[in-house]
Amino acid sequence: MTAPARTARPLPAGTAATARPGRRSTPADAVLLLIGVSFLMPLLWLILASLDTRAGHELKFPAAPSLGNFAAIASPELLLRPLWNSAVLSLGTAAVTLVAAVLAAYPLSRYSSRFNRPFMYTILFGTCLPITAIMVPVYGLFVQFELLDSMPATILFMATTALPMAIWMIRNFMDGVPVSLEEAAWVDGASRMTALRTIVLPLMKQGLGVVFIFVFIQAWGNFFVPFVLLLSEARQPAAVSIFSFFGQHGAVAYGQLAAFSMVYSLPVLALYVIVARGGGSSFALSGAVRG
Amino acid sequence: MPVPAAARQLIRYLPVLPAVLLLLVFLAGPVFWAFNASFTNAGLTGRSARDPSWVGLDNYQRLLADPVFPLSLLLTVVFVAGSAVVGQNLLGLVLALLMRRARPVVSSVVGTTVVAAWVLPEIVAAFAAYAYFSRDGTLNQLLGVLGLGGQDWLYAFPMVAIMLANVWRGTAFSMLVYRAALHDVPAEVTEAAQMDGAHGWQRLAFITLPMIRGSITTNLMLVTLQTLAVFTLVWVMTAGGPANASTTLPVLAYLEAFKFGDIGYGTAVASVLILIGAAFGLVYVRLLKDARP
Repeated sequence: MTAPARTARPLPAGTAATARPGRRSTPADAVLLLIGVSFLMPLLWLILASLDTRAGHELKFPAAPSLGNFAAIASPELLLRPLWNSAVLSLGTAAVTLVAAVLAAYPLSRYSSRFNRPFMYTILFGTCLPITAIMVPVYGLFVQFELLDSMPATILFMATTALPMAIWMIRNFMDGVPVSLEEAAWVDGASRMTALRTIVLPLMKQGLGVVFIFVFIQAWGNFFVPFVLLLSEARQPAAVSIFSFFGQHGAVAYGQLAAFSMVYSLPVLALYVIVARGGGSSFALSGAVRG
Repeated sequence: MPVPAAARQLIRYLPVLPAVLLLLVFLAGPVFWAFNASFTNAGLTGRSARDPSWVGLDNYQRLLADPVFPLSLLLTVVFVAGSAVVGQNLLGLVLALLMRRARPVVSSVVGTTVVAAWVLPEIVAAFAAYAYFSRDGTLNQLLGVLGLGGQDWLYAFPMVAIMLANVWRGTAFSMLVYRAALHDVPAEVTEAAQMDGAHGWQRLAFITLPMIRGSITTNLMLVTLQTLAVFTLVWVMTAGGPANASTTLPVLAYLEAFKFGDIGYGTAVASVLILIGAAFGLVYVRLLKDARP
């Protein structure tokens, strides 16, 4: 990052005056940069260590920067299979969540009933339950129904944990699509579900994309759930394989750990950039937080 | 004969069914299973795994007698209060306020950095934090430049390291919430106060903060609930050690159930955690209900 070097450069005349609201101040810049640099430090280690085949815990520029770490981890069973499992798990979770949430949100958005408000508040309450606290009982439940180490069951569970937030957000987006557009379709004889598919959903494409990506990012980064529910190495996603490979072996190859982390993080960073570019982060938050 | 209103209502709500089934089976189910299992001696392996027997309040009595449980409860409270209520919440607010005054380039670069720590997969963030706080890690290198001695943070002050790591990891959420909230405060209001001679701190305390009161409450509840559930960060950095010095409730529940194989006792710990979460959740839902008549 070159940002710290820029503070010394004087701002072009007029920039400060036209900026709104109030003045732009240099002390604010300085404090902000200081906090930013502190936040950057742990990330910097990740980047530098991934390029250093002799990396340790310390932050240092590699003596001979190379892609050796990336080459060392580029094997099907070390890298590709866990990433593939992560992809299956996250895509499955996002798809199940989206379908169930859209179906549930439609009546909640379109019909008025005494049932809506209590349901939505129960859903909201559901978003509050600490999922890590549920993992021990979920494990017990999975043992009883012989669902341990099952990819589909894990996907269904992860989709359920994402569902309350997804229903809440999608209903808000759906409320933003005027009913009058569907009414025209009903007059033409289309059923409710056809109208939902052909008229409502295309109009809230952006919102659906945001929810899908958010659920995907969460599932991709989730460690605890697959750590408890998926036991065999062949089914473990990258989050778990990286932990069992690097976390439990005595002599840790930190460079390779960092390289693996970079490759594994890249998809979610890219997806986040896509959402944020479209103004999605505040957009999604407003859907999520304000209710 | 026309379809009765009640039946029509039922058909209309049919699409809700898949979601309701999932929530009942995978969310409500485990919660009730937990309360039930916490009254048994269910084990991870062996006879007590296949055929657990009812032991009444034994597990809860054990909780009260076990010296680790009160410690774990205290550590959890310290962890949540220190890193979420104070750390993430205040730093997030400060960042959002500073960003309004700083140059756009600066605030977007810093914002991106803060958000990066939040978007990263949790296991990667935990490894990075582990390296940062380890004996020969970045923190000690920085302190070394200032001439301060090299502590082994993860052994000497595990909770401090974990709390700082959680602030690093989670502040982005508060920052985004407060940026959105401050964005909605009309510029005219603060400008009018400025005209009337209100200074920066006065404007903040008497105008800006009261206007974003709702967001502050929401954010406090959400970061509390998120931090209450943190497991991976602690597990990778210290695994609850040394000698239980950083065993928060989620870690304790995991250790009891999976390391010591006592599912019954582990679920008792988990049940306590679920109840704490549920209490906060009820307050949160209540607050939102009141805010929206």
